[in-house]
This record gives sequence, C-alpha cells and structure tokens, in this order.
Amino acid sequence: MTDMVSTQKKNVVHHVVSWLLRNHIWVFLALTMAVFSFASPYFLTLNNIGNILTQGAFIGILAIGMTMVMIDGEIDLSVGAILALASALAIGLQDHMGTWPAVFLGLMSGAALGFVNGSLVALSGMHSFIVTLGGLIGIRGIVFVYTGENALMVQDFSYTEIPEIYIGPLSLTAMLFFALALFFQWVLTSTRHGRETYAVGDNIEAAHDAGINVKRHKIINFTICGTMAAVCGILLSMRLGTAEPNAGKIWELWTIIAVVLGGIRLTGGFGSMWMTIGGVLTLAVLRNGLRLLNTPNYVELMVMGAVLVLALSLDKLLNHQEDGR
Amino acid sequence: MSDMVLEVRGITKTFPGVKALDNVSFDIRAGEVHALVGENGAGKSTLMKVLAGLHRADGGEIIYQGQPTEVSGPLDARKKGILLIHQELSLAPELSAAENIYLGAWPTNRFGVLKKRELRRNAKSALEALNCGFGPDVRVGTLSVAMQQMVEIARAEAFSANVVIFDEPTASLTDNEKTQLFHTIRGLKERGVGIVYISHKMDEIFDITDRITVLRDGQVQGTVETAESDLNQITRMMIGRTLDAYFVKAEANFGEEVLRVDGLGKQGLFKDVSFTVREGEVLGLYGLVGAGRSEVVETVFGVRKADSGRLFWKGGEIKLPSPRESIDMGMALVPESRKEQGLVLMMGGRENTSLPHLSLFSDVSVMNRTKELAVFEKYRSALSIKTTGPDQALSQLSGGNQQKFVLAKWLCADPKLIILDEPTRGIDVGSKSAIHELIADLAHQGLAVIVISSEMPEVLGVSHRVLAMSEGAVVAEFEGDAMTEENLIDAVSHHRKGIAAE
Repeated sequence: MTDMVSTQKKNVVHHVVSWLLRNHIWVFLALTMAVFSFASPYFLTLNNIGNILTQGAFIGILAIGMTMVMIDGEIDLSVGAILALASALAIGLQDHMGTWPAVFLGLMSGAALGFVNGSLVALSGMHSFIVTLGGLIGIRGIVFVYTGENALMVQDFSYTEIPEIYIGPLSLTAMLFFALALFFQWVLTSTRHGRETYAVGDNIEAAHDAGINVKRHKIINFTICGTMAAVCGILLSMRLGTAEPNAGKIWELWTIIAVVLGGIRLTGGFGSMWMTIGGVLTLAVLRNGLRLLNTPNYVELMVMGAVLVLALSLDKLLNHQEDGR
Repeated sequence: MSDMVLEVRGITKTFPGVKALDNVSFDIRAGEVHALVGENGAGKSTLMKVLAGLHRADGGEIIYQGQPTEVSGPLDARKKGILLIHQELSLAPELSAAENIYLGAWPTNRFGVLKKRELRRNAKSALEALNCGFGPDVRVGTLSVAMQQMVEIARAEAFSANVVIFDEPTASLTDNEKTQLFHTIRGLKERGVGIVYISHKMDEIFDITDRITVLRDGQVQGTVETAESDLNQITRMMIGRTLDAYFVKAEANFGEEVLRVDGLGKQGLFKDVSFTVREGEVLGLYGLVGAGRSEVVETVFGVRKADSGRLFWKGGEIKLPSPRESIDMGMALVPESRKEQGLVLMMGGRENTSLPHLSLFSDVSVMNRTKELAVFEKYRSALSIKTTGPDQALSQLSGGNQQKFVLAKWLCADPKLIILDEPTRGIDVGSKSAIHELIADLAHQGLAVIVISSEMPEVLGVSHRVLAMSEGAVVAEFEGDAMTEENLIDAVSHHRKGIAAE
C-alpha cells in the first residue's frame, strides 16, 4: 500500500519534472517575478499584474499565430505590418460603414494577407522568411498609402470603450489572449489539423507520405497567423483610438523572441501554447519590471538580449539531459 | 496461382538519364518472405517505391489480390494494405506512438476533432498484437530505433496490411533486436501476410526468406527458391559479368612500407583487419556493399573511431589520427560521394582544387591567385580535364570531369598515400580509363594507392594485390596469378556461407 503510494508519488514527481523540463520557461518566469517583487514594492500589486497581462496580451495574440506557423517549421515576419493595416482599416472605414463592418473588414484583411503569404510559401517553394520579409515591407507600404502617412483618429469615442471590460484586474484584451491560446492549444492536441501541424514540422516527408496535404495545411496556418495579427491590430486601435502608420513596427521580432523564449524551435515540430504563454508572460514581466525600476531604454534592450540568449542556452542544456539530443 | 497477393508485370521506370527499372516482373505469395537483392543502384528501392505509391511507373501493371490496381499515392497504398517500412523511418518523433501509427489517417469526427479514445484503443491493440512492450501514449522520440521500427510495423496491424515491404530493416539493430524483429516477421507471415525483404546481408536472407529475386541494372536476373539456392549462385547473379576493359597496371616496383594496419576493429562494422601497403603499390579492396570496405579506410583516415588495433606510418607506430593529422601526414582519402564530401559544385575548378590546402595558396590569408592558377593548369593538362576555364562552375561538368577535380585537389598537397573509394562509380567509360591510367601513373611516381571498388574487373585490373572483404572481415588476399574473378567470388561467398551456417 505504502509502496503504491510512493510509486504514485514518484510518478507524479516524474511527470512534474518532465513537464518543467519541457516548459522550463515557467521556472524562468517564476524566478524573474521573484527578483522583481524584491526589487520593487509596486511590482506584485494587483494593478500592476493586470497591466502586465494587458500589455503582454498584444504580443501574445501575435505569438499564438506565430506558434502555429513555427511548429510547422516556418516563420511569419509580416505580422507587424498586417497588424498596422488591420488597425488602419478598422478606424478608417468606420466613417463610411459603421464600426462593426469596419472591424470585420480589418479582420478579413489579415486573413487574406495570411492566405496570400501561405499560398506563396506553399505553392512557390520559396522560404517563408523571404516571402514574409517581402510582406513586411510591402504591406507597410500599403499602410502608408492608405493612411496618407498620417495617424487616423477615431471619430466615435465609444469605440475606445469597447475593450474596457474587466474581471478583477483582467482586461478584455488579456481574456481574449488566454481564451485564444487555450483554444489553439486544444486545436494542437485534439484535432486533425493540430496533429498535422506537428507531423509537417517534425518530418515533412513522413507527413507527405502519410497523405497529408502539406500545402493546404501550411496555407491554413499562415491564414490563422494573419488573422491573429489582425485581431491584435484591432484591439490596439480600440485601446489607442488612433491608427498609426508605424504601429506594430518590429513587433514581429518581439513576437518571435517571445515564442522562442518559450522553448519552441525554429526547426519546427515541437512546442505548445503553454510554452508560448510562458514566453509571452516572461517578456512582459521583464519589460514591466525594468520600467518600474526606471531602467534606461538601452539597458532594457541589453537585458532582454542577454535573457534571450540565456534562456536558449538553458533550453539546449535541459534538452540534452532529457533525451540526449 | 491463387495465393498470389501481389504481382507486378513488366514494370518500367525511367529517370532522366537512367533506366531504373526495365521490364521488371515478380510476385509475392501470401505467407511468404520474398527477398529482393542486388547491388546499390540495381533498382530495388525504386521498385519498392513504385509499389508503395511514392513513384509512378512509366509502364507495366500491378495486380493486387487478382485485380489490376493503380496505386495513386502512399496513403492509398497503405489503405489498400501495402505498407513500406523505410530504412529511414517515416515517423514524427514529437508525436505519440498511437498518433504515428495512424499518421495522416487519424480517426476524427466530421469537424476534424480527433477521436482520441478510439485512436488510443486501436493503437493499443495493434501494439499488443506485436508484443511491443510499450503503450500507445509514449512519445516516439524517446524510443530506441528498434522500438520505433515496431511502431511502423504496428501500422501493418492497424491497417490489416496484406503486403509489408521491409527496406534494410536491420541496418541499425543489435543482434537481440534482430532476433525480435525476425520473430515479428514470422508472426506476420503465419497470418498470411506477403513480405518483401530487401537487404544486403546474405545471412539474413538465407535465414528468413522463402524465395529470392535478384535485380541488376534495373532488370530481374532471376527468382530462385531459397532452399534450393546457395550464396555462390546469388553472388554470381548479383555481380554478373562485365566486358573486360583494357587496364593499365603500373610496373611493380615497390619501395618502403607506407602504412601498416594491425588488428583494426570496430564493434558492429569490422573486426581484426590487418594489411600493409608499400610505395609504388596499388592495393585493391574488394567486397560487396556492406562488407565494411569504406568503414575501414574511413577509420584509418580518422573520420571514424576504432575500438581496437594499431597503425604504423612509415614503420613507426602512430595513434589513430584525426582527419587533419592524416592530411598533414600525407594521407588523402577521396570519398565515394563527390557531391556530399568532395566538391563545392557552385565554385569553379580553381577554387575547388585549392580548397583543402588554403594555407599553401595564400600569403598571410590573402589568396594568391597566380599560384592557384598555376596548379589548376597543371592538373587540367595532367588529367586532361574538360572545362572551359578555371572559374566554370563544377556543376556544369560531367561526372568524370568532376571526379578528376576531386583527385586534383588531393594530389596538389603531394600525398604519400592516396585512398580512392569507388573512384569510377557513375562516370563514363572514357573518364574511367583516364582515371585508371592516372592510378597507374601515381603508383609509378612512388605513391602508395588503395583502391576500393565493387567492380571486379576494375579492382583486378588496376591492383597489384587484392584483399577480399566480407561481413567486416578480410577473408582472403590474392597476388599475381591468383588474382582471378573465380577466386574472388569464391572467397567472398564461401565466407558468407560460413557465417550463414553458424
């Protein structure tokens, strides 16, 4: 009896340890939070935690789409530009057709651009880095043409009150982030599409031999990624009440940093939304904590760079221990 | 015959420049293990890929369970009950065993949501039928190669396969795992599954198969009952006869010993290999693919590590070198695969020739173009290489001319011993004899040369002395009049027979 209990205990411990090894970012997150709560008395207040979650949610929603694309072994550099276009359309079109149709069209623009990215990658055989690098520049160009290089202001200020819904410290934006992340985690583990994502990223030949339509599959994931970027852009336009043509610039890099920080590999086939959530929160905590400590901007960048390299070395180290790769 | 599961008639498949399969016919009966043997490039893998839907044949027909059948793709083949188990396993390491068994054919509802319980239950019973010893939830990446192979074989259970094709299944298995695998194969056989077994290992073939079909150059050489055949017959069918070409042999004028290998061994690859080679001597190393020839020279050169054995260089004992040390000592290894190991095809002849010896051609790290060009011109005329100029990309040259550049780049470091692994594979006849002449010329200049070749006339034609290798051991050595094809075939096949009888 005691034997059974102790083996059960061992199993639980083993399970927890192996989960933490694969999701080591959560340990990292706990550590950073501990450090900042000692360093600043404001850090561990309910108000500040709410701020962190809301600030993190924007990169987080981008990171959800990026995760799908990266498990496929691809990358999407155009999310920042898609975000800017969606936010400009959502605000710019409101005067002509009303709020919700404009928001809908903004979303559709993201889905359409994601579809184009995916089709170009899947059908032309070009690397997604090149295709979406083109998207990064080209779509930003469209944004400047559409906005006439000016920030678009919202006329109807009730638009900015849409996301002002809170449950405790949790804003609507943060809630949306968590809901979407959980939904796509479910997609990854429990649907055919999710299994395909791992198979394609892990062993594309095996996936193809198993009859998976690799091209269609990749197009779907790029479309998801574009749509997530549009969701993020629209939430940003609601929060700011304006659409800057420069909105979301280099956010694609922060997004990739967050995803990679979570432990997802650029080579694909590996990862989960739990890792992404961990990476996104760690990034948000670092930025918030450093600002609370009044760190100059350039020091902040240096710290972030160091943390990224550190976290990835940790990943390398732990995975060596785990399966000897 | 009524118990025929699969029959192919007159299958032809052409790739640009090569006729991979030429009017191939053979059949698989229910409950038999049918071996498919042949040297590399004989067409075995192409034939299997046609059956498994990875390639489409240009002509001929496939008759499956009595019906003419089109196999439209790999999933179609699997659903029909034809399963190919690759040498390189086609699994996704991050997915579970259950998910891999049903890769691409997961049970889902209308909305694409997985029926996890059904998936798990079916996979579990497939794994249990094979006595796998692990459950459906284990992540495939954490399993050993043998266990990963079991996951693939479990697909045969899950899809109730009628034909299972094994492509070199024992390539990376231990002896115990092999016994286990054979047990599994016999189990499949008892249930009436037709099995195709591709392997280079003759002892396995004679152990487990019922019939043997031999392929050579894309053509069927014949099908025999395993029980009524022997290794000698199979080996002869595999190797065949090629027209004796005219070979130039260097005048025998040997100097000091350059290299002595004493009792070199590596677990699972070769054991107790000893030989010497002298200045001015061409030593031939003959054996079928898988005999361990390349592995031995790669170990001598330092690409691989040995478990045991000693090396003597010019009479003095040395420790097993690293490749860099070997090059510095004066050893050169020209590997078999030009593209992977020998050349940068996007660069021209000048840059390729100087690549391994950049320090010889540079002054304080700046490349000396004049020196490079001089060496390039020297070898261009010495080897009569056909190229438009020093900077023509090698990808535009023929295989024979590419191979000459591989030789040039090793020769310009002035080696004492040069090892050539299949130096004439896949190149045209004209270039072949140019390379044979070059080998004789090198020996004449006093270099020690080791030539590895699967072509018997070649190895007999260019060498002064020939070592026969089989299953990782040197089984015989021939010199002078004893160097005949008969003797080589006998040495190689008798040894194999000895092993199979054990």
